[in-house]
Amino acid sequence: MTNSPEMIPDSNPASRATDDQASFERLVEPKSENRLVLEGGVWHQISPKYVTVQLISHGSFLAIVVAATLVLALVLHLQWVWIVGGVLAVIQIWTLAILPRQARAIGYRLREDDLVFRRGILWQRFVAVPYGRMQLIDITHGPLDRGFGIAQLKFVTAAAATGVVIPGLAQSTAETLRDHLIEVAESRRTGL
Amino acid sequence: MTVPAPPPAAPPPQLVRSPLSDGEWHRLHPLTPLLRGGLFLLVVIGIVFSNLRDRLLYVFLPWLAPGVGDEVVEWEEMGGDPVDFVIANNLYVVAALTVLAVLIILVAIFYTSWRFHTFRITEDDVEVRSGILFRTQRRAPLDRVQGVNLTRPMIARLLGMAKLEVVGAGMSANVKLEYLSTANAEAVRADILRLASGRRLADPAAPGGAQRPASRTAALGLTVSRELTGIIEGSEAPVGEPESVVHIPLGRLVASHILSMSTVGLFFAIVAIVIGVTQGVTWMLFGFVPAIIGFGAYWVRSIFKSLRYSIAPTPDGVRITYGLTTTITEILPPGRVHAVEITQPIMWRPAGWWTIRINRLTGRSASDGSNDDFTTVLPVGAVADVERVLRLVQPAMTDDERALVVQQGMFGPTAADAFTNTPRRAWWIRPLSYRRNGFLLTEDELLMRRGVVWRKIVILPLARLQSFGLYQGPLDRLSGVTNGRAHVVQGPVTPFLAAIDRDVALRLFDDVARASVRAAQSDRTHRWAQDEMDAGIPVPPVAPPAAPPAAPVAPVAPPVAQPAAPAIPPAAPAAPPAEPTEHRA
Repeated sequence: MTNSPEMIPDSNPASRATDDQASFERLVEPKSENRLVLEGGVWHQISPKYVTVQLISHGSFLAIVVAATLVLALVLHLQWVWIVGGVLAVIQIWTLAILPRQARAIGYRLREDDLVFRRGILWQRFVAVPYGRMQLIDITHGPLDRGFGIAQLKFVTAAAATGVVIPGLAQSTAETLRDHLIEVAESRRTGL
Repeated sequence: MTVPAPPPAAPPPQLVRSPLSDGEWHRLHPLTPLLRGGLFLLVVIGIVFSNLRDRLLYVFLPWLAPGVGDEVVEWEEMGGDPVDFVIANNLYVVAALTVLAVLIILVAIFYTSWRFHTFRITEDDVEVRSGILFRTQRRAPLDRVQGVNLTRPMIARLLGMAKLEVVGAGMSANVKLEYLSTANAEAVRADILRLASGRRLADPAAPGGAQRPASRTAALGLTVSRELTGIIEGSEAPVGEPESVVHIPLGRLVASHILSMSTVGLFFAIVAIVIGVTQGVTWMLFGFVPAIIGFGAYWVRSIFKSLRYSIAPTPDGVRITYGLTTTITEILPPGRVHAVEITQPIMWRPAGWWTIRINRLTGRSASDGSNDDFTTVLPVGAVADVERVLRLVQPAMTDDERALVVQQGMFGPTAADAFTNTPRRAWWIRPLSYRRNGFLLTEDELLMRRGVVWRKIVILPLARLQSFGLYQGPLDRLSGVTNGRAHVVQGPVTPFLAAIDRDVALRLFDDVARASVRAAQSDRTHRWAQDEMDAGIPVPPVAPPAAPPAAPVAPVAPPVAQPAAPAIPPAAPAAPPAEPTEHRA
């Protein structure tokens, strides 16, 4: 199951020629010997801009939570707001703290007949989806994503549990990857 | 190869039996509006009547309701009630005319909507057009058919009608033909399945549409004469009901419901309420009565549903029937089962009963209440029944594999266990079942065995597996194990396996990926009969017990019909080596 480079001539997002297609260089993995590891092949990673976008969106949510808490508690003297606001703020700060490492753990590999997707450090997840199982590919990008030129690619199969969602791809990468996936899926089309 | 021309080809007349499936547009049964709208109208009238019962009594039969008069006077004083207005101003005629007009308009609407509701069955699709102002047209490709079911609700059944539903893959993707006369529905279903099976005709020189009948009567005549000459092909569905392979005695059915967890729950509820009442908390009694009623209704309904359960092989798939008053019959073509789970709840163990559930694409919307109709393919059965049902829903399994599933999967672990189980060091993740918790990858299936209290064995055909995932949390990593989850279409079966050795799991990950790609590529079940025709095997994989041989003389054929016989060649399996899988993607 090695990953022959000529199989994936244009979908390889590791074409780091231009600056806005740069992706992470190194995968973050658990330290334990017992972690999940796949032999051979290259893990393609996502763009560092994903972290920026997520930091901005989570950060602004945190700012809103803090502001709302302060206003409600200090101006309107609602004491219970401290609890709700505090819990929300702690969750947000934690999310922000682990975000950069989480983003480095997201990877995908284009093998000969299937796509392997991985994410998570503490809770690792590996999913292998045969190309022929593709029902459709979704590319979504919000306003912030567009500003930074990244997009999220979702590989949809007939099973809802598959859950292969690759966030933070450079837009051009997402599009070439989509075209490539559709092309290989077409040649490996199977029934449901 | 189908021609991508705009007018879709009519199905070859040799393949269809019913005049309704000749590629032309047809209307549904004329009584349809009565069943679809008439009942609704009756309900509305019923509601109106029950609400105005006192009032109507007072107006028409005042001596029967002496007490109501005062109330009516009260209502009249409050004013604003249209009935009062009518009574007060003596507008009975106008009121009656208005009601009549509304009725006429409603009937006209129902009639028009029936006129506009048409369907046709072409060589590759089933199409339905409906709607007056907002026209909808739905076309379902036949090679994506997941099943065809025929529902006969109580009232429709009395009128000899049935509802046909072509099950597609996707949310609300079903094509419904309601209502057809039962005979027509049966014939149309057989036609749809025959066309969907991709069975090719023995004679390539008989193209579809070559001798298209000019009118419906001509089509009917053609069909009748075809029936009379009766030489179509060997693998015709046996006329009448095929014999069920499983019979559930009534006693077992009732006992299996009594021995269920909901009964245990009910028992505890009764205990709690008795204690509560004796302690003086009498209000608990009030919550109890509706609970009992609800439970009883559920109980009776599920027993009623399973009463007429039967499962039988037909050339075009497994035929499952359920229901006493409303019968539902579904034919599940081969390769439409995405996961099979054989379960034994702890309370059934002394009796040795098992139940089988499957995951399949239903094509119903999530709001549809009858979602789980055909997910239970065996409500309760002994080991022999399990084996027989398994043979039907997984015809590709060999006898050895089936024996393995029964001996080791259901009752295991035995000596010389073929399954790869949870390593000893991870016993604390599955403290009770770690010896049993394991998997086995065979040529075409992935088997997952788990549970000691609720014994379960999941059979996953690799050709249907959508994807496979490994999940490892920090505690799993500590023990050097990982969880595996197979992703299949939604249904009652969740193929999840905890605590497999990490190295074994990584190997499994690769093996499953490779095997499922291979299985999916060699899978031809979307046109299930085509391969056999190509290969020259006349017998379908699910061998029907009564498949008649391709005899050139039909049993009912009168001698006068004989000269017509050579016009259509008998169903010799000498099929042309058509390209096996040229379909629209």
